Amino acid sequence: MLGEMGFVPPLLGSRRRLDASATMPRRDLAHLSDEALVALTARSDEVAFAALYDRFGRAAFGLALRVLRDEALAEDAVQEAFLGVWRGASRFFPERAKASTWILTLVHRRAVDLVRREQRRRADPLPDSDFGGRERSAEDGAWLQLERERVQAALAALPDHQREAIELAYYGGFTQSELAERLGEPLGTIKSRMFAGLARLRELLDSPLDGDAWTPRRTTT
Amino acid sequence: MDAETHHDLTSAYVLDALDPSDLEAFEEHLATCVRCRELVAELSGAAAALAYAVPPVSPPPALRARILEAARAERPNVVALRPRWAMPAAAAAAIAACAAIGLGAWDLSLHDQLGAARDQALQRIPLRCSSPSCGAAGSVVVASGGSGALVLSNLVAAPAGKTYQAWVIRGRAVASAGLFRGGQATTIVTLSQPVRAGSLVAVTVEPAGGTAAPTRKPFIVSSPV
Repeated sequence: MLGEMGFVPPLLGSRRRLDASATMPRRDLAHLSDEALVALTARSDEVAFAALYDRFGRAAFGLALRVLRDEALAEDAVQEAFLGVWRGASRFFPERAKASTWILTLVHRRAVDLVRREQRRRADPLPDSDFGGRERSAEDGAWLQLERERVQAALAALPDHQREAIELAYYGGFTQSELAERLGEPLGTIKSRMFAGLARLRELLDSPLDGDAWTPRRTTT
Repeated sequence: MDAETHHDLTSAYVLDALDPSDLEAFEEHLATCVRCRELVAELSGAAAALAYAVPPVSPPPALRARILEAARAERPNVVALRPRWAMPAAAAAAIAACAAIGLGAWDLSLHDQLGAARDQALQRIPLRCSSPSCGAAGSVVVASGGSGALVLSNLVAAPAGKTYQAWVIRGRAVASAGLFRGGQATTIVTLSQPVRAGSLVAVTVEPAGGTAAPTRKPFIVSSPV
């Protein structure tokens, strides 16, 4: 779906943050796809691994912070997830999933594991403005900005009940039965909302012509 | 749980929202249900996209150094294993198996760089076949991270109502590693379970749809990996 937008991640300068690190030989891997970096990581290529972190670290930390609402725990989740990338890179199947999906799935899983262990999820997920408003800069990048608008627009287009179930599950870390209890609905209702909601979200994300909120705008004058 | 129920649980699974009791049953089911695996693959992209709806936040710089240091300390998969086989005979199967286990699908530029190293990182373990229904040759190809594929020559198609089922056996633990039909000159099966040192890979004939545990004696067994 990203390809349809004409924004192919591997070529995108805005997501490229290859810091010159004192501990790392400098090598420009910006032209490689995410999947190629994972393949190199599977060969224990630390530079490629660092480049993956530089591409996904901010999205990962933002997500972990949203779920955990605690910086130290979010750091733990991101660290564990990226060590999962390091250990699991050789078992990654590029035919089955995009590398970005795999990495963000690992981050989310670690964050949810931690939030459940810490019993921190009793409060409602915080609105966007509470975290992440700072440090927004040119580095944030056009691609992330557009992707955020696109996903937010798709979420907004879901029926309220479906959106609620998905947001509380994904950002709040609630299980289905916890959601049923919290919302005072039968478990079966929660299950169908979640299934219908995510299926619909996928359709919305896959159809580039629905709405124009995220359509890249070119300056013509 | 029936198949329809499982089907409905795919969304919760990719959202990490299954209750622990459902999770175990669902993952067991996933090992044998191609349809659910496809659904999971389709929906996981949408679930992961939810991460982008959250504003990104720069992690503290120290985290980067800490992660790289921890990774370096582990170095889990750095050693390229010695090839155990003479190249020409096995080359074709190895290349096919590379594709099957996901090692062959990236940039062409990388392909050249990695080609030599990649071949050395594969182990090939011979299979013994105790049935006339499989032809002469077969092997398990295992990459350094443990992903593996079965490569079988001239295996006749499974009889009607039956399927071949691959298993990874380690000590007393037996895990289903995929269903397949055979019937081609070369059958390549990507194993859904990692193949760790000390494991065996075996194949049984099972009722269509597969089983949770082998009901027959394996007719193909590998040497220990």
